[in-house]
Amino acid sequence: MAVVTPGGVDAAGVATTAAPATSPATPIAGRRWDRAVILFLGPPALLLIVFLIYPTIYTIALSFNRGRRGEFTEWVGLQHYIGLLGDKSFINLSTFPPSGAIWNNVLWAIFYTSFVIFLGLIVAVLASRVRYESIIKAIVFLPMAIAATALAIIWNFVYAPDANIGLLNAVLDPFTSRAISWLGNPALVNASLIAAGIWGSVGFATVILSAALKSIPSEILEAARTDGATERQVFFRVILPMVSLPISVLAVTLLVNVIKLFDLIYVLTNGGPGTSSRVIAFTMYQESIPGGQFGRGAAVTVIMLILLIPIMAYNIRRFRSSRVV
Amino acid sequence: MTAVAEPRARARERTTTERIVRFLNKTPIHIGLALIALIWLAPTVGLLVTSFRPRSDIQVTGWWEAFTQFRFTLNNYTEVLQSQGLLQAFVNTVIIAVPSTLIPLTLASMAAYAFSWLSFPYRDGLFLLVVALLMIPVQVSFIPLLKLFAPTGLLNSFGAIWLTHTAFALPFGIFLLRNFFITLPRDLIEAARIDGTSGVGIFRQIVVPLSVPAIAAYGIFQFLWVWNDLLMALVFVQRGDSWPMTKAIQNLLSQYGTEWHLLSAGAFILMAVPLIVFFSLQRFFVQGLLAGSVK
Repeated sequence: MAVVTPGGVDAAGVATTAAPATSPATPIAGRRWDRAVILFLGPPALLLIVFLIYPTIYTIALSFNRGRRGEFTEWVGLQHYIGLLGDKSFINLSTFPPSGAIWNNVLWAIFYTSFVIFLGLIVAVLASRVRYESIIKAIVFLPMAIAATALAIIWNFVYAPDANIGLLNAVLDPFTSRAISWLGNPALVNASLIAAGIWGSVGFATVILSAALKSIPSEILEAARTDGATERQVFFRVILPMVSLPISVLAVTLLVNVIKLFDLIYVLTNGGPGTSSRVIAFTMYQESIPGGQFGRGAAVTVIMLILLIPIMAYNIRRFRSSRVV
Repeated sequence: MTAVAEPRARARERTTTERIVRFLNKTPIHIGLALIALIWLAPTVGLLVTSFRPRSDIQVTGWWEAFTQFRFTLNNYTEVLQSQGLLQAFVNTVIIAVPSTLIPLTLASMAAYAFSWLSFPYRDGLFLLVVALLMIPVQVSFIPLLKLFAPTGLLNSFGAIWLTHTAFALPFGIFLLRNFFITLPRDLIEAARIDGTSGVGIFRQIVVPLSVPAIAAYGIFQFLWVWNDLLMALVFVQRGDSWPMTKAIQNLLSQYGTEWHLLSAGAFILMAVPLIVFFSLQRFFVQGLLAGSVK
């Protein structure tokens, strides 16, 4: 049964004489077991169950438990979640503007996502008009290759308060009375971090949007221009609607980045000054590993999971609608 | 002949004027792109220049003045590699990254083959589960796997981080490779089956050789992912002498926040391998990252 040949036996035990193209051993799922499945799927399935599925269930259960030393000691219901809502470093809606890790994620989601797409589109459109397009794209894409840790060092360097070190303060030196503390001022730190994040991701958007722009048939653009459309109309009425799907896929990807964002914050500011630049993934690490608050850390993880579920559903739907099977 | 040549000459005339107009039209574009290139190059180039400047110069003048002074040295690199232990950290990063790339590459190819060319119940439903697992954040693993690994001693070796990286790399690898494997010509695989080739044989002799571009793109993506990872190493590598470069450099920053001769050299040692990969395998690299956008 491992190898199906014409004249083999199907699941119902009926002899088949199907031609190869319609043989049951095609990419159409059947009720039959190929013996090789255990060999091919066994090891990866075991790893996924032990190191991915089991930990997910464990973490969800632990979020409703006291969770001392990471063990199930005492059921506490929603206590960790209620505690988090009262934690000003996690979410603080009593001031204006609000603050806390969740709010910082909201700021990242709005500004990082929109600026990366907007700048990516600008670079892609501008670069497509010149001969050195590939060089520009490579320059902007370069930060995608390097570690967030290295990106953090680069931006710590740019933001350094010393005007002999920090490029930004050196450029602004003639206009300011004293150096600006980009990362040390709670009012500026999130904007500074988001700017560094945008710098790191624009290249990704550029490459995706550039490919999308190139896939628009030139006949359509020609036809619009022949019909008397201005360049602005061509951009907003023809080009933009035709790249709306890549843009939405890109936006979803960037939102996932925001929810999982950790390395850049950890290295650049360690969530500071105080707790002003924390984000949800940072809080999860801080509470669980150095803090030893495992139940609470598990609750933060569950909140991350809840934020990711709509994106998971979106991916599955997108996959199902585009599938070849 | 003349009848044909005349419109051609007129066309050339038109393109000459057009060329001038186009050049004038494009001047703002060139300026804009130059500005973009400057913003994206200056921070990195500045750090690179700094990494070759003597410590005494870095503290007195900005890197943009280095070109007038022209004093460069390799001392920063030797110091950070030897006295700051970055050489050991480099070795550790290699030890972490190579198995954490090869193991998921092998296992994901195998699973992807099962999902595309073998028959078993609930195959497509299970594949949707894999797509759902793509979104699970690594944070879910911290507490349960620290508990699980604690009695085994894996946290004091590289075992814990290899296993965790592998597991979290699988959903994306299976997803990417299955979508590629399924596009392979069915006739070829059917013909091999008719010839009596086993499942293992079809996988090794047909599916893998035909899928080298997809496997390479995934391999490069995963290698850089692990090479650049900090978070997993913070949690699953507990011995200081096993730390990868990302952790060592973060440590350097928190200890010597203003020692730029060390930080700049350290950052470039960390960036060196990804940059080499980027420039030598750009096509696979971009493909891998684009495909990885679902991760």
